Amino acid sequence: MLTFERTFEQCQDLIADLSFGPVHRWKEQHPDSRVIGYFPVYAPVEIIHAAGMLPVGLSGGGDRLDIQHADARFGSFICSIVKTTMEMGMRDHLKVFDGVLFSSICDSARNLCFVMKRNFPDLYVDFLHLPHNPSSTASVEFLASEYHRLIKGLERIGDKLVTENGLQQAIALYNRNRQLIRSLYTFRAQKPHLLQAWESYVLMRAGHFMPVEKHNSLLEESLEQLSQRSGKPRDSIRVVVEGAFCEQPPLDLIKLVEDAGCYIVDDDFVIGRSWFVEDVPVDGDPVFALADSYVNRAVYSSVRHDFRAPRWEGLADKVKRSRADAVLFLIAKFCEPAYFDYVLFKKKLEELRVPHMLLEFEEKQFTFDRVRTEVETFVESLVFD
Amino acid sequence: MGEAKHTEYRGSIHQRQKELMLKWYECLNQAAETGTPPAVSLMISGNCVELLEAFGAVPIYPEVNALQLAIRHQSLEPILAAEDIGYAPDNCAYVKADIGCYLKGITPTGGKLPKPDLVLCNFVGCNTYVKWFEHTAVLTGSKLYVLDVPFLREQDPGQADIDYVVRQLKELVALLEQITGRKFDYDRFVEAVRCSAQVEELWSQIKHLARRSPSPFDAYFDAITLMGPLYVYRGTQEGVEFFSAALEEMQAKVASGQGVYDQEKFRLVIEGPPPYPYFRTFRDMFAKWKACTVASTYSTVGGLWEFGARHDPDHPFESVALHMLAQNVTNRNYLQRYEQIRRYLEEWNADGLIIHFVKSCRLFSAGQGDMRDYVTKTLGIPTLYIESDLEDPRYFAEAQTRNRVDAFFEALEHSKLTANAV
Repeated sequence: MLTFERTFEQCQDLIADLSFGPVHRWKEQHPDSRVIGYFPVYAPVEIIHAAGMLPVGLSGGGDRLDIQHADARFGSFICSIVKTTMEMGMRDHLKVFDGVLFSSICDSARNLCFVMKRNFPDLYVDFLHLPHNPSSTASVEFLASEYHRLIKGLERIGDKLVTENGLQQAIALYNRNRQLIRSLYTFRAQKPHLLQAWESYVLMRAGHFMPVEKHNSLLEESLEQLSQRSGKPRDSIRVVVEGAFCEQPPLDLIKLVEDAGCYIVDDDFVIGRSWFVEDVPVDGDPVFALADSYVNRAVYSSVRHDFRAPRWEGLADKVKRSRADAVLFLIAKFCEPAYFDYVLFKKKLEELRVPHMLLEFEEKQFTFDRVRTEVETFVESLVFD
Repeated sequence: MGEAKHTEYRGSIHQRQKELMLKWYECLNQAAETGTPPAVSLMISGNCVELLEAFGAVPIYPEVNALQLAIRHQSLEPILAAEDIGYAPDNCAYVKADIGCYLKGITPTGGKLPKPDLVLCNFVGCNTYVKWFEHTAVLTGSKLYVLDVPFLREQDPGQADIDYVVRQLKELVALLEQITGRKFDYDRFVEAVRCSAQVEELWSQIKHLARRSPSPFDAYFDAITLMGPLYVYRGTQEGVEFFSAALEEMQAKVASGQGVYDQEKFRLVIEGPPPYPYFRTFRDMFAKWKACTVASTYSTVGGLWEFGARHDPDHPFESVALHMLAQNVTNRNYLQRYEQIRRYLEEWNADGLIIHFVKSCRLFSAGQGDMRDYVTKTLGIPTLYIESDLEDPRYFAEAQTRNRVDAFFEALEHSKLTANAV
């Protein structure tokens, strides 16, 4: 069991490492290969992998980066992750990256993409338009062409052509990765006393910084060890956490929610790592398969619009499936997609009589006394209801 | 400096503009009462109003409604009503004002607004649009269609982008036929596209008159007055007539050497939407210094035509698609906006750039500090950066804004004097 605890510590260290140590080490071992960072929420990592490059998930600077320069570039009322990502660039934390990829999630992130393009001219910076009209018969075809555009861009800066076979292999590897993450979530929903949310979170997010093959091994070993874990159930309510899909809350905040009497039985932390509800087909045209999966078989998210299946129905299903007692909205300050969705999510939950609570956070937040009191009061109100 | 000067353009087109906008509201009222003509909610940016013309449908522009409320100092009540049901203080206040109006039954003129036959989200650049219209559809129970327009992430749209938008436009035609029970009138569509091309040419010529010194109008404050008809009537003969008259009036002013002020002391470019709840106050801060805006990015939200792009009646669907993709400031990328500003500063011969950061609109505002860095350091042009909001009156710090504006012009005046002395 000692090894297992150490794994969590190591993953926690990985997340906290703003110098991207493991990525530097990977590059030393693969001097001719490229590293591509991707801004949340989703990126077609399979394509980056098939180009012989290492996809690295960016999640801002957390609570370990003072903003010295980026405030002057982005001003007030803009979320922290946009500023800390810019700050990391301005303070050379992103030197290990050859490129950074953005997508159509919100206006602030999109503008960041082009501000970075101007400020870091040596960096390959690209923006993917992920479609917002899945009901159109043209959407899959458009997205496939967008992915082909990305492939050409990566081939220009890399030393390897992307092949159909390479893409299919990458899809299989990432399918496995998503299966393992789904298993982790299923385990946690069934036995939350044996796996805390912060633990599965660090395991999952560690995958941002290592090759998928290595992350698959880590997850497989962890699931194996989990099956041997024992413990007593706590007297906690079951909650779904919603709203932290882009900027990530401080780890201490996730721990606090659990310590204050909640089992987090499902969440949308770094949701891009478990983006599809089923495997991406490995046979047939792989670019089409990725595009079709995005349009037709992706999870609901505040940054993906599918009017055939409203997101509030997705949340309602999640609550039901995970047998949650309540929903905790954990929304990053100034995150407009989450703010907007909160209104319709709230409406749906009230129709279903599911209790909910809203907490705003910033990644660099470090005092939690008020939040603790709020969560404890919320839990008490449910327990003694 | 002396007292604030209340100066704005008040020719016959100003009156005509009011009449046209009232006529539009009457048409919306009629649609609400009788169900005819069909009404379609539409966003301003990169809109495809020509397609609605082909069905004889009237556009409902919630943004125009929201700004009308703000300019009449009536926006706070609906904003608070929206916040009461869960909207955040940091959500776009345009959306909150619109939703709040729906909740409270408020309309800008007191007339009725129809339930939309279709909520048509022309998604061009602004992610808030998608959320806004999704909420509108839920609130009104109307059908929603999102016309997804790929963001301009490279210099020009690719063929895949154009094909994607054209296919959606054609899907939209089929949907509108089904919803309205009217057949798509292709000839009327082509005619609307032809009218749009004419209006764009006229509007572009008007904007180019501001390159003269003195400029015959203020290309921010006065341009906003002309923007209402531009959105509602672009695809109609009435629009062509309106802008023909406007051009004529402006040309006459140029011929007689008449500017916005008795003496044009400063020429400005303004970036960002105005603070509508304090529109008059804000304008007077510049009037005091006889500072005339010669170009503005906000006046290109509906369309960017001063650099030559036009709708094309020979390729109506493709040109509507291109307009949505590339010819409006919101769907163009941030660095293209820098380039647009650079051209304004140089070709319209401006002394400085005013950047108005509005908290509601991250599309405009996120990164304006970097824009300032570019304009100041790379172009060597003085800039003033001020913050408030376009709809929410709670975020306008009048004294502080006035001080900053005054300080900017004092410095600019000093540098002009020094430059002249050398």
